[in-house]
Amino acid sequence: MTDITTTPADTIPAAAERPRTVRVVNVSERRRELTFWERIYLPAVISGLALTARHFFVNLWRHTLTLFGIKTEPGAATFQYPEFRRPSAPRLRSLHRLTRRPDGTPRCVACMMCETVCPAFCIQIVAEEVDDPDIEKRPKSFDIDIGRCVFCGYCVEACPEDAIRMDTGITQIGSLSRNGMVLDLRTLLELNGREEQTKQGVESLQKRFTSDLKPAEAIRAA
Amino acid sequence: MSATLAISLVIGKTVFIIGFVMTLAAILTWVERKQSAVMQDRIGANRASILGLRLWGLFHIIADSVKMFTKEDFVPDTPHRFLHGLAPVLSLFFVMLAFAVIPFGHAISIGGQRVGLHVFDSEVGMLFIFAMLSVGVYGVVLAGWSSNNNYALLGGIRASAQMLSYEITIGLTLVGALMVYQSLSLTQIVEAQGQLLFGFLPMWGVLLQPVGFVLFLIAGIAETKRIPFDIPEGESEIIGFFVEYSSMKFGMFMFADFIETILVSAVVTTLFFGGWQVPYLVDAGFSFPWGGTIPMGNWAVEGLRVTSFIAKVAFFCWFQMLIRWTLPRFRFDQLMTLGWKVLLPLSLANTIITAIVVLWIE
Repeated sequence: MTDITTTPADTIPAAAERPRTVRVVNVSERRRELTFWERIYLPAVISGLALTARHFFVNLWRHTLTLFGIKTEPGAATFQYPEFRRPSAPRLRSLHRLTRRPDGTPRCVACMMCETVCPAFCIQIVAEEVDDPDIEKRPKSFDIDIGRCVFCGYCVEACPEDAIRMDTGITQIGSLSRNGMVLDLRTLLELNGREEQTKQGVESLQKRFTSDLKPAEAIRAA
Repeated sequence: MSATLAISLVIGKTVFIIGFVMTLAAILTWVERKQSAVMQDRIGANRASILGLRLWGLFHIIADSVKMFTKEDFVPDTPHRFLHGLAPVLSLFFVMLAFAVIPFGHAISIGGQRVGLHVFDSEVGMLFIFAMLSVGVYGVVLAGWSSNNNYALLGGIRASAQMLSYEITIGLTLVGALMVYQSLSLTQIVEAQGQLLFGFLPMWGVLLQPVGFVLFLIAGIAETKRIPFDIPEGESEIIGFFVEYSSMKFGMFMFADFIETILVSAVVTTLFFGGWQVPYLVDAGFSFPWGGTIPMGNWAVEGLRVTSFIAKVAFFCWFQMLIRWTLPRFRFDQLMTLGWKVLLPLSLANTIITAIVVLWIE
């Protein structure tokens, strides 16, 4: 059928010499001829129509049952997005937050590990001294430019104090200005883990996204 | 019957058939979205709402028409401005006209007069539909020609090649149906399908001309220029003959497509599925071949018949949508091969065999 020859059987090494079974597949083999039924195309059309029609009727039946309040399997795989969300994976890396000590102060000791490890250079920390000898330093300001962040999670892994986490569950991130994408210390501290996310924290985040002020200006304005 | 009554009856029937076709076409825009969605395990368009009421996306019909009417009507720089405006009118006009000869019911009696439920009982109704389907290509070709655009012209040429090829099959299958019914009048054809075959089977055309039915359906879908025969449109290749149309002019082409779908459904129903006939329903009510009758009034019988016609048309619209959302588009050479090398010989063979059988029976 084809003029391209496969490897002759006698040049293949004996089974014992071979490291493992090698199956020779001749990819240059021509496609087999279609049978008469395949060539007239109509049976394939009918089976295709039967498939789509089956989906149609099964889904319609499920939609109808749902309409009358009878529980059934969903007729569509759709999630009506703004109202309903797909459940996200528990380890999803979402928006950052800064954790707090029991007394409310940030856990961050301004060690600069996250700023150093960040491949996108999106973290900027200004450290200041603190009287407590156990802590020594704390962030005066802690800005994350979400517009640059690549969500690699290195900052979380680098942090020795468990001060930064990416477990807020917030994935809707967007602002009308570049400045709005820069989150400051206060906003980051107000966010919580996805289970105990507060309305207050999300609102402060939304305010930050919609404001056009630089973080420093925002602090002064507040 | 007074002249006023006669005229008002004709106007009434015309309004009914136009209203029916336009409403069904509008609903088909919704059906197309929803049916494809349900077939593909999706939900489909459901966001248009009036006062929070969504009604499974039915308001998208209104949203669409408002959008179509308020968009900018851009006319390209073309020497054929008049033809450019005329083309969508022609496409829509001829398909609408074809509905005039399609009987949607048998006859009702008003004031002792028998009023046939068809707008225009032509002796050559079958030829009339065939002619309207053929003239429909003018709108498409003119659109392609007058747009002053290479892609539109290619689309127009493809459309004419495709429609001419498949019209031959349509014509030959119509010849088969003509030989079986010995009439070109659609009202007579539908009445003939009320007889019983072997005393118990309704003598619908699909039993007498099964091959003719399949061929006509394929060629008819090709005439509608929808997937899998949307070579003239071919939106992944050339956008098609209406690439230079916007606003409601484009909407008219789209609407003409849907109306052609309804037309093909109506013609298939009329020729092969008994038109308005309901099995075992005669003028006096149901009369079953195994004895037993259910007497019914004239209006009830006619109501059933019109409903039956509408249901059959709706079914074939659904079926064409099913095909449209299941099969991929043909290549141009495949389309021509199918038209000339498969459908044409088959329809010729169908014609000849029908002729032999008809002669043999006589």
